[in-house]
Amino acid sequence: MNQPLHHPTRVVNRGDRLFRGILRLFGLVVLAIALLILVELWEVARPSVERFGLRFLIETQWDPVREQFGALPFVYGTLVSSLIAILLAVPLGLGVAFFLSEMAPRWLREPVSFLVELLAAIPSVVYGLWGLFVLVPIIRSLELAILRTGLSRVPLFSGAPYGIGMLSAGVVLAIMIVPTVAAVSREVFRAVPDSQREAALALGATRWEAMKVVFDYGRPGIVGAVVLAWGRALGETMAVNMVIGNQPIISASLFSPAHTMASVIASEFNEAVEPMHVAALAEIGLALLGLTLLLSALARLLVLRVERRSRGRQAAQGVTSP
Amino acid sequence: MSQEPLAATHLPLSRWGISRRQLEGRIRRRRWADRIIRGLMVASVVVVLIPLFSLLIYVGRSGIQGLDLAFFTQLPKPVGMPGGGMANAIVGSLILVGLAAAIGVPVGVMAGVFLARSTSRLADGVRFVAQVLNGVPSIVVGLAVYGLMVVPMQTYSAWAGGVALALIMIPLVTLNTEEMVRLVPRDLNEAALALGVPAWLATLRVVVRTALPGILTGIMLALARVAGETAPLLFTALNNAFWHQGLSNPIASLPVTIYNYAISPYPEWHQKAWTGALVLVAMVLITNVLARFFGRSRYDRR
Amino acid sequence: MKVLRWMAGMVLAAALAWTPLAVSAQTIQLNGAGATFPYPLYSLWFEVYRSVSPDVQVNYQAIGSGGGIRQVLAGTVDFGGTDAPLSDEQLASASVPILHIPTVIGSIAVVYNLPGVGTGLKLTPEVLSAIYLGEITQWDDARLKALNPDLRLPSLPIAVVRRSDGSGTTNIFTTYLSAVSPQWAERVGSGTSVSWPVGLGGQGNAGVAGLVRQIPGAIGYVEIAYALQNQMTYAALQNQAGNFVLPSLEATSLAANAPVPEDLRVSIVNTPDPHGYPIAGFTWLLVAQEQPDPVKGKALVEMLWWALHEGQALAPELDYAPLPPNVVALAEAMIASITHQGQPLLER
Repeated sequence: MNQPLHHPTRVVNRGDRLFRGILRLFGLVVLAIALLILVELWEVARPSVERFGLRFLIETQWDPVREQFGALPFVYGTLVSSLIAILLAVPLGLGVAFFLSEMAPRWLREPVSFLVELLAAIPSVVYGLWGLFVLVPIIRSLELAILRTGLSRVPLFSGAPYGIGMLSAGVVLAIMIVPTVAAVSREVFRAVPDSQREAALALGATRWEAMKVVFDYGRPGIVGAVVLAWGRALGETMAVNMVIGNQPIISASLFSPAHTMASVIASEFNEAVEPMHVAALAEIGLALLGLTLLLSALARLLVLRVERRSRGRQAAQGVTSP
Repeated sequence: MSQEPLAATHLPLSRWGISRRQLEGRIRRRRWADRIIRGLMVASVVVVLIPLFSLLIYVGRSGIQGLDLAFFTQLPKPVGMPGGGMANAIVGSLILVGLAAAIGVPVGVMAGVFLARSTSRLADGVRFVAQVLNGVPSIVVGLAVYGLMVVPMQTYSAWAGGVALALIMIPLVTLNTEEMVRLVPRDLNEAALALGVPAWLATLRVVVRTALPGILTGIMLALARVAGETAPLLFTALNNAFWHQGLSNPIASLPVTIYNYAISPYPEWHQKAWTGALVLVAMVLITNVLARFFGRSRYDRR
Repeated sequence: MKVLRWMAGMVLAAALAWTPLAVSAQTIQLNGAGATFPYPLYSLWFEVYRSVSPDVQVNYQAIGSGGGIRQVLAGTVDFGGTDAPLSDEQLASASVPILHIPTVIGSIAVVYNLPGVGTGLKLTPEVLSAIYLGEITQWDDARLKALNPDLRLPSLPIAVVRRSDGSGTTNIFTTYLSAVSPQWAERVGSGTSVSWPVGLGGQGNAGVAGLVRQIPGAIGYVEIAYALQNQMTYAALQNQAGNFVLPSLEATSLAANAPVPEDLRVSIVNTPDPHGYPIAGFTWLLVAQEQPDPVKGKALVEMLWWALHEGQALAPELDYAPLPPNVVALAEAMIASITHQGQPLLER
């Protein structure tokens, strides 16, 4: 920072140095928090890590009576439920983002984007409540209808129509992550310079063809949005816990109950009696932490890349952002 | 988009090897594709808003039936008895959020200012860690705080719950504060420095001051977010059937109470869960709306 | 801006204003957690107890018996609730001796949600374990039809519901299944958390009852109070003597008519009594014999004493069976042995 020349330098330095020290201290607090969480999880999980090692992630037995713990059913449930959510939420979220950034008249933009963002503000437990009493019966009748058409021979639609299960969890998660996809994609589209759209339109492209150009331009950012939303879905706990059926099995069926990593911690951590059971749950927490770390690093990287690219081009063209 | 793309009739069609008819067909197809896709986009907005309205309508309609004064002033009744309210849970939630704010806001804001004002390697590290913390599932935070606070204190407590919520708040506030401080134009800081104000005072009184509305918005949004968290409270604040007895005892909260009531088999508890959800959603949404309405930074041009 | 600051101030002020209000009275809070099996009764007890002893507030959180055991061993609660007694190993791992104070006896009803079928579906131990092993998957299975020739069983898939948390109800239920089905004993075994072959997981007795009510074709196991409070239908089980018995106060009490050991850790499933209900069990409060805090310790023993005497009268209202006199006598001696720094806390 520039020093004002006419000021007695020593005095300024002392105050500045103190202030910077304090600021740095708070920065360190953030680091300390992360470290504390990591160390605590590691400490609790250690017996399980030492006993099962990496095998933990590929074993399917979760048997507290015989103290055999394998987390694959939970990993599977987490990945598949979040994948369903992504498959549903990404097209919808992109549609919303395109609508908001390329189509909607100005007066409609704010209200619609506000409403979509409200979806993100509603607490998880309220989604669970709504899911349990409103969505699950709807899904159940949907499942019954599918079974009546005789599609039940397809493994994807086999099994009993409980309503509660993978499909319900996926749908609830999709609703919860749509705002993330929409908001981040919208930012990405906004970062695309107008010159790109105008160039496409000037060549006689339809609105949709111009959007494709915008989409291509923002692709890394979109991937970043998807990864970010995926991270959200992976860690979601209560809403999933209430509608997924909490059964640690690996089934090809969409209707089957399942369990997720976050959900099993919520279900069993307070009540696990044997130390190995507690350790195994903490190891799931550790795995979840690792997974989200990986994803958030990836997402930031992608979003940063697209931002930097657009900034670079704008600077080169001498265009200021609108 | 021009309405008559074929207005220019002197196109060298023969050189392109297509008839006028083919060209018109192609253009018509492109127009239709355009219309369909744009229709789909409008449809996706509608599809996304359906669950929102369904949820708000159900929460509103079912919730309002149980909404009376007793809900805000009375303790819950034992299983199967009519009446009672969630007064302890409402107050409990306010206290937990208050504790989270008391711990999380100073740390978050100062760390955010640090990130915005420092270009050191440490700042890069802190920023990355804050971003990672932001993505950590809240249940994992609860798991860690159980070991860090509940076991050493030998009791579930409001303190533990408040700390768990604060840990979730801190990365949110930190990252937002950084962004808001960075939006303040450099000229302001330099003008202050030119007037002979020490750098630290310029940062606090001019830069942070200017960014304050945006920072406060971020804080309010973070508070709204943690007010609805259930998972981190399960292993920390637990729950309380009565009024809390000081901060070193378990405390009730709206989300945990709603969860317990929702999964129960009792119709009267389901009713209470809906009413609780209505109160919680109202609190969260009002905070959200106010935060957006009042707190937009002058330099946030979004 | 100003509105923001004003709002934040109001929220903080409101929260702070309520805090002293609630803490001002010199209230002793006892924190307990554990079994959901006796929760309907406990929530009534501790509400009533507020008028019996106005300066004591008993906060009992039904998180599951596994939680009761774990949190007592970890020392994070003042007392635990469980309907699965601690194993010798668990007792040895405790830093202080842990007492099992019995409170009441309950039965586990096998509840189902079958449109058009009322209470009294007949089930044998073999059929019940086959359902929970995933071998019988349809309600119109031949074995179920053979047992219930008069009922019109629908062609519905069976949705098996069980507990997802560590549960004493699960312990009683799986102990029973292990006793009657060698195949169950070998494949699954018994405990507060087991590796279920099939089944949707519900949180607590309440969660299981909630799921069964939600899903047509569901079957689950809950304490009888949950079934009765929610007008759920439940099965008549064939007991050891070959009679089909519905869970009732009387049938539960008959099942409890068994010799009890000194430390009161006893399982009463699969009773030989011809009219006893086969899936019944004691539920206990877990208390450290040496109390760290004299004031809390005193309040705790008073509460336990009350539960053992006046409290028993409330039990039948919710269809829990009161303790037989010989068990009460043993439990009284146990309460008398609770100390703080070696001094007994009970004054009688």
